[in-house]
Amino acid sequence: MVKLKQLIVLACCALVSLSLRAELVVEVTQGVESPTRIAVVPFANDSGVALSEDIAGVIQQDLNRSGFFETMPRENMLGFPSRRNDVYFRDWRISRMDYVVIGRVEPGASGNLNVTYELFDVLREESVLTEPVSVSPKGLRDAAHFVADRIFEQLTGLKGAFSTQVVYVTAEQLSAGKQRFRLVLADWDGARAQTILESPEPILSPAWSMDGSKLAYVSFETGKPSIYVQHLASGRRERVQSFPGLNGAPAWSPDGNQLALVLSRDGNPEIYLLNLQTRALERITRHYGIDTEPSWSPDGKSLIFTSDRGGQPQIYQLDIASRNLKRLTFEGNYNARGRLTQDGRFLAMVHRSQGGGNGFEIAVQDLKTDRVDILTRSGLVESPSIAPNGSVVIYATQEGTRGVLAAVSLDGRVQFRMPASQGDVREPAWSPYLN
Amino acid sequence: MRVANLTKAVVISSAMILAAGCSTTSTTTDGGAAGAANGGQSGANSYGGGANGGVSAGQIVTQEDLKRLQTVFYFDFDKAVVRQQGFADLEAHARYLAQNPAASVRLEGHADERGTREYNMALGERRAKSVERLLMVNGATANQIETVSLGEEKPAMIGHSADAWGKNRRVELKYLTK
Repeated sequence: MVKLKQLIVLACCALVSLSLRAELVVEVTQGVESPTRIAVVPFANDSGVALSEDIAGVIQQDLNRSGFFETMPRENMLGFPSRRNDVYFRDWRISRMDYVVIGRVEPGASGNLNVTYELFDVLREESVLTEPVSVSPKGLRDAAHFVADRIFEQLTGLKGAFSTQVVYVTAEQLSAGKQRFRLVLADWDGARAQTILESPEPILSPAWSMDGSKLAYVSFETGKPSIYVQHLASGRRERVQSFPGLNGAPAWSPDGNQLALVLSRDGNPEIYLLNLQTRALERITRHYGIDTEPSWSPDGKSLIFTSDRGGQPQIYQLDIASRNLKRLTFEGNYNARGRLTQDGRFLAMVHRSQGGGNGFEIAVQDLKTDRVDILTRSGLVESPSIAPNGSVVIYATQEGTRGVLAAVSLDGRVQFRMPASQGDVREPAWSPYLN
Repeated sequence: MRVANLTKAVVISSAMILAAGCSTTSTTTDGGAAGAANGGQSGANSYGGGANGGVSAGQIVTQEDLKRLQTVFYFDFDKAVVRQQGFADLEAHARYLAQNPAASVRLEGHADERGTREYNMALGERRAKSVERLLMVNGATANQIETVSLGEEKPAMIGHSADAWGKNRRVELKYLTK
């Protein structure tokens, strides 16, 4: 037996501090048919200090980019009210707004700022939601995402995911045979991007722990693939697996105690469960075909994974306790990298239709009815990752010869594109709720 | 224990196939012809197999010979079967390894960009292992070969064309320097 503990190498992370520029810019390329019309009035600054963020601007962007809302340009606003008594509903009705958001920033206790916002229903002329939020002067962007989440939830019934983050990988060709790979962490909207790992060798398959504190990923920095776990707060990381052959596709169990992963140390790719406390390793698939891309069901009782045991890649579900195996996908000749929504009902995956030529698309299968909907028409998509509120799938696609991130709502009605300013962007992973 | 037994079985069967191979290939193998045939096909290698290339079976394979051998082997989509035109040169590599026990190679398996990254990682490994098996049945030993898959991470040619995809579905054979 290999002594597992000897393989756990503590290493210092190559933390590279970057300026907080926006790496990605979200563009809505297609929206819902009749989005809710909302005006987010610039917040009054009564704090006595200059603010580092335009709070209303961030809220407006969040709502607009979600595709569910159409926001009113500031230059069209007749006034900038910041208190209830100053809101003239008639003006907003003439502008055909459904809702108005106002707010102000005031000094708070111990150097904090108090942000107060209020959401009004224009037709009914009444206040729908109001709340004070206390933040440090550095937390204004977080406060804005928080307010956007509250408004989004109030008006759509879906929990907002504006306070979440994404990680993704960028690749740049520096010169012939020389590349630079980066693992980047950013707000969901691409702001505050920071490189958390840089390497001349490939990085792939970043995966969030369910508490949002750690990432697991595959790095080829030694020339061969190893699985690492990196703590986001400290940057500390450890190599948790590096057997001969493949070490890939890590996936955290919902309780955070186990990693499902792929090893080929027994001759071909099989799925294993690694207990992160005891370091015990349990092999759970047994087939000479390729078994890879494990992902947990939300209840932690089963895994879905890709296998070509039937001759082509298809998605299977394995009950961990009973080891019962069930094939989930039958439509199309290539279904891979499945991800389940948090309610376990929908399966998002990379799909190629029968007779669909070379088109690899994002498809969603309703596991209740087995209906499959193809959500994209891009041809070369991969790496679907579902927002924690289940509303949107982010994925990687190609624009010319460059990889970009894009997203599509689960019903296919809203499409976004997130072109990056540099490099080839791939492997997005949407964080769980972080608060 | 199971692994050890399996290894033994592979070695025995390799030896048998090797013996069988020696008796038949000596008259048929013509690396030069195979190399020339390669040149005419799309996705074929651009490294070896000139008119004077190739090595006949049974001969000593010299370092000079090695330079003329194909070192990149191509595959079909979602397949890991070594194409026939690569056999002669792989046999020559295997003989070189058999004749030079200190020599060793690294087999890097790759996939094209289509499909998912981790599946392609598995596919790249499967391709590298196919080449490894061919080297072993022709006389190379397991400790002379290391395999690594790079999936679709290191394409040989950038682009979304069938041509680029064909060039990227490959195994690269690299001699390791000691």
